[in-house]
Amino acid sequence: MADAISELNSFHLDVLREIGNIGAGNAATALAKLLDKRIVMKVPQIRIMKFSEVSEVLGGAETPVVGILLRIHGDIGGSMMFILDNPSSRLLVNILMGKPLETDLSFDEMTCSVLTEIGNILAGSYLSALSDMTGLKIVPDVPALAMDMAGAILSVPAIEFGKNSDTVLYIENVFMDGKDSVIGDLFLIPDDLSYGKLLKTLGVV
Amino acid sequence: MAAEIIKVGMAELKVARHPAILTTLGLGSCIGIALYDRKTKNIGLVHIMLPSSAIATAHANRAKFADTGIHDLVEEMKGIGSDVKNIVAKIAGGAQMFSFASQNDSMKIGQRNIEATKAVLAELNIPIIAEDTGGNYGRTIELSSEDGVLKVKTLGFGIKYL
Repeated sequence: MADAISELNSFHLDVLREIGNIGAGNAATALAKLLDKRIVMKVPQIRIMKFSEVSEVLGGAETPVVGILLRIHGDIGGSMMFILDNPSSRLLVNILMGKPLETDLSFDEMTCSVLTEIGNILAGSYLSALSDMTGLKIVPDVPALAMDMAGAILSVPAIEFGKNSDTVLYIENVFMDGKDSVIGDLFLIPDDLSYGKLLKTLGVV
Repeated sequence: MAAEIIKVGMAELKVARHPAILTTLGLGSCIGIALYDRKTKNIGLVHIMLPSSAIATAHANRAKFADTGIHDLVEEMKGIGSDVKNIVAKIAGGAQMFSFASQNDSMKIGQRNIEATKAVLAELNIPIIAEDTGGNYGRTIELSSEDGVLKVKTLGFGIKYL
């Protein structure tokens, strides 16, 4: 198989951006309900990057971040990853737990389970948009959470992409709540066979 | 004279003559293989992502794999005047960043990277004199040509010198 990602043309990218848009719209609605706040979303950025550039997103390879990883199965297989920088995680956790917004983030069990649940809801709403658009059945597994250097967290999706490609497809979502914004990075990583299936269902190949 | 610090990105390899420092940031399941020539003080570093070029379908970037990446790194060391018999290795990385209740093979990539790295170095007769591998946390490494010391930095697990 040739390099799946570098063969994507601008039409494919438009389709993927549209999925990102609808998915992120769903996720923003879910987030707004969860936080009981008005959430505005910016148009997602879709980028194709070399591995050497991956760790430069999110403020550098050593920046502490939270990563939430889910395996997906059903008609397509693969994984999905959400990454939040620490200020975004702190904001979300403090809003949800009713704490003052400037409270420091402590990674106790409660915080982890709140963040995992946010990941679950956002990923779930994203995947249901994808499922509605394609008619494919997509089931997420229970997510796993890790907090570490951005480079180390990002190596997980990068390695998955690396099996079939020399580049990474990356979607950045910015959710805004007034002056405070939440920046979330999303990687959808269909496995080898699912890539073609996904694009085919969308009528682009 | 202060040594120049050279960054090695994911799926990249670099070599340098003394004095120099090679660094790679935020190793997760990937492995940093640091080579040191005890005679010339030449250093080399490769940041590999996957165990073998045989398992993947896109082969454009050889530094991505343990097998081709380490071979190419050794060739580049030879290119700047190193003899394989003077080269020693230190390795770091190979963590499992996420743990799932049901483990499948693709999630154990860190462990497979460690095994492949050791096998390739053994095949090339390059001894591994120190390692900091496994676990569930990220690492930043820095290799100094001065003494071949490998500095390993983590978030929350301190700093080690190998």
